Amino acid sequence: MAHTLKVNGATHSVDIDDDTPLLWALRDNLGLTGTKFGCGVAQCGACTVYVDGKPMRSCVTPVSTLEGREVTTIEAISGREADAVQKAWTAGDVPQCGYCQSGQVMSAVALLKEIKKPTDRDIDLAMNGNICRCATYARIRSAIHDAARTLEG
Amino acid sequence: MTAHDINLSRRSLLAGAGALVIGVNLPRGAKAQSGAAQAFRPVGGAAAFAPNAFVRVAADDSITVLVKHIEFGQGPFTGLATLVAEEMDADWSQMRAEHSPADVKLYANLAFGVQGTGGSTAIANSWEQMRKAGATARAMLVQAAADAWKVPAAEITIEKGVMKHASGKQSGFGAFAEAASKLQAPADAPLKQAANYRLIGKEGVVKRLDSADKSRGKAQFAIDISAPNMLTVVVARPPRFGGKVGSFDASAALKVKGVVDVKEIGSGIAVFATGMWPAIKGREALKVTWDESAAEKRGSRELIAEYRALSRTPGKSAGKHGDAEAVLAKAEKVIEAEYVFPFLAHAPMEPLDGYLEWNAQGALARFGSQFQTTEHQTIATILGLPPEKVQLETMLAGGSFGRRAQVSQHLAAELAMCAKAIGPNRPVKLVWTREDDLAGGYYRPLFLHRMRGAVKDGKITAWSNSIVGQSFFLGTPFEAMTVKDGIDAVMVEGAAELPYEIADFACEVHVPKVGVPTLWWRSVGHTHTAYAVEAFVDELLQAAGQDPVAGRLAMMGKEPRLAGVLKAVAELAQWKGPDAGNGRMRGVAAVESFGSFVAQIAEVSLEGGEPKVHKVWCAVDCGVAVNPDIVRAQMEGGIGFGLGHALYGEITLDAGRPVQANFDTYRSLRIHEMPAVEVTIVTSTEKPTGVGEPGVPPIGPAVANALARLGQMRPRQLPMVGGTV
Repeated sequence: MAHTLKVNGATHSVDIDDDTPLLWALRDNLGLTGTKFGCGVAQCGACTVYVDGKPMRSCVTPVSTLEGREVTTIEAISGREADAVQKAWTAGDVPQCGYCQSGQVMSAVALLKEIKKPTDRDIDLAMNGNICRCATYARIRSAIHDAARTLEG
Repeated sequence: MTAHDINLSRRSLLAGAGALVIGVNLPRGAKAQSGAAQAFRPVGGAAAFAPNAFVRVAADDSITVLVKHIEFGQGPFTGLATLVAEEMDADWSQMRAEHSPADVKLYANLAFGVQGTGGSTAIANSWEQMRKAGATARAMLVQAAADAWKVPAAEITIEKGVMKHASGKQSGFGAFAEAASKLQAPADAPLKQAANYRLIGKEGVVKRLDSADKSRGKAQFAIDISAPNMLTVVVARPPRFGGKVGSFDASAALKVKGVVDVKEIGSGIAVFATGMWPAIKGREALKVTWDESAAEKRGSRELIAEYRALSRTPGKSAGKHGDAEAVLAKAEKVIEAEYVFPFLAHAPMEPLDGYLEWNAQGALARFGSQFQTTEHQTIATILGLPPEKVQLETMLAGGSFGRRAQVSQHLAAELAMCAKAIGPNRPVKLVWTREDDLAGGYYRPLFLHRMRGAVKDGKITAWSNSIVGQSFFLGTPFEAMTVKDGIDAVMVEGAAELPYEIADFACEVHVPKVGVPTLWWRSVGHTHTAYAVEAFVDELLQAAGQDPVAGRLAMMGKEPRLAGVLKAVAELAQWKGPDAGNGRMRGVAAVESFGSFVAQIAEVSLEGGEPKVHKVWCAVDCGVAVNPDIVRAQMEGGIGFGLGHALYGEITLDAGRPVQANFDTYRSLRIHEMPAVEVTIVTSTEKPTGVGEPGVPPIGPAVANALARLGQMRPRQLPMVGGTV
């Protein structure tokens, strides 16, 4: 059936089954491929988007639950935290294969919006749902601290 | 030929430059004939100057390096561009990189003879070739400027991409790109002396070329491809290895909204749909009866029991000096250890996938191809097209760890079978789910090592190692690469010869026939041999009353570079013995793999009965470290990858069926389990060797050796935590 999705400020109508995960609607119907498929069962975090500003795993979020809700993807994140995180990610050469990094960045930006100066423990709690098989974790941690410092200044 | 023998002759460079014209023109020629080829993107943008197969200089001063190796994280885009930029004295900001086309004549890996990536060879085999390519481009641009300025070429210098003459004339490369393209390539453009390097080996001057896009969701992977009329395909494959389709009923699947067709192909039943979700739902609705008459039905438990029995019988000798059996027979005490290593999945974050469009005139395949030459041939053969009508575009891939380096070509074959089954002019995108990936085989083989040793008067006097496991090379077209006298070198690398001087030594190997498809996995044989060797030598040194570092060094007289990294890591960690003095213990391991030398010290405690790795110190000698920060990144990532699998990784077979289905049971290292890592790079003037794999082998045994000092036994069976067998 037709579903109305509000994504990155625009409204779209897509004719897909109710149980279609948001991930596949974004990727296959709206052409927003920055959000990645890694597991399909909310274990890896590669598909992280914001729903009404909160990080969600789009691979287990059916489109039928999104009526009237605002979805934001990696393509449209903006603001001080997003800028700081993406600059820190580039400056620190965090990515290797890069496939999980959309999800990592989404989780990191959400963390910095909640906690301005996260501790290592805060980072562990906010980021341990995002798997990186290249194991760039040491640089992810450093980049979040770096981003937090730039937000202070 | 090894990577170290590479010496480009003038003839081969010129042949490269001449062939380039063909290489550039072929796609255009094919484009005129083939609708399938219209999406092909000419490499290097609108380059005005193409001095050879690797360098493109555009009027806007940008320099694009065509990289023959796939970029899936280990940094060849940045590394190969560094080599070119160094010789051109380019400014780093003008450098770009993209994958070269598939063309074995131009882009063979000089260590393989075909186009492909693996064995940590990207920098090593490109070291001479890419510097020559850059030096040639530089010489031609300088000559073009000299001609225009009417000054001797020798008087022109280049600073950060700007050519300058004392007369005050100066220019970027772009303004002379067209003029340079009309010149003859020089025979022997000189290479820089190392003392003059501005980029190679320097800190802070080179950043990865792909970080910005990858931090913004802009990097394009095969899974991101879409095209008009494209169908997404998932395949139902047999639940046991060696099974095949008996019969199937697609009627329910075909009723799923979005499912377009269902076809039997060689590897299973392919479901074609308008998107991924209908394809998945369609596959769930299939009714398939599998013929498992020829399937492998043994489980991990049965295999381990068989391997254990085999390990106690004489095998093929992979290495021998002295008479280990005689010394063991007379020894006061024989120390024994058996190590069991599970099947492991590579589980790259981007599962296997690929795109293919074709018709009678030609085909275009786009995917994360790691062995371009053979995959190109496989696709052409299955589609029944001449190879020159098939184009292969290598995409960025979301990791590989060996999974895309397919001896069997099964992904390329399945992709081509899907495309052929649905027919021409219907582009397909094949996608594996994570469940397909983990149940799909091509694992690091299950291995068992039986170790026996003796010590006397503080020294190790005898060493015997019996190795049992599958070979993924025996019986394949790649056999000649690694199999000699019936011994598959990659099964025993790191174990058939030790870096330690032990008078009486034997290493034997058994290769049972098992119907589970297996494959190399980041660091290949060293994934198990390094653990067996480094844990056992540590156990023997402990029995001999020796310090783990000093005891190793005393036996490493003929291994100066490995001893060098061991000394360097001991210094970095301020090693004073295993006791860290803070309730934690330290373990050490040192391993040569792929011509690089890595030593690591892990500081470990037990928390809730599980190992907690707090810190890892790492020293690496990889010859000239072209990009020091990428070397560090590969050590960090290699340590995390190796640690995650040593602690948690296993694929268990139960009556032939893989048990772990997704990341909930195939536990992957997460951020809170990642130790702090400190890396030191040992200065070297040796030719560069690789770093993609060598960071992996030492971490498992380093942790095991620390656990031994915490009152635990060195884990005899991996994974260390939560094993199910």
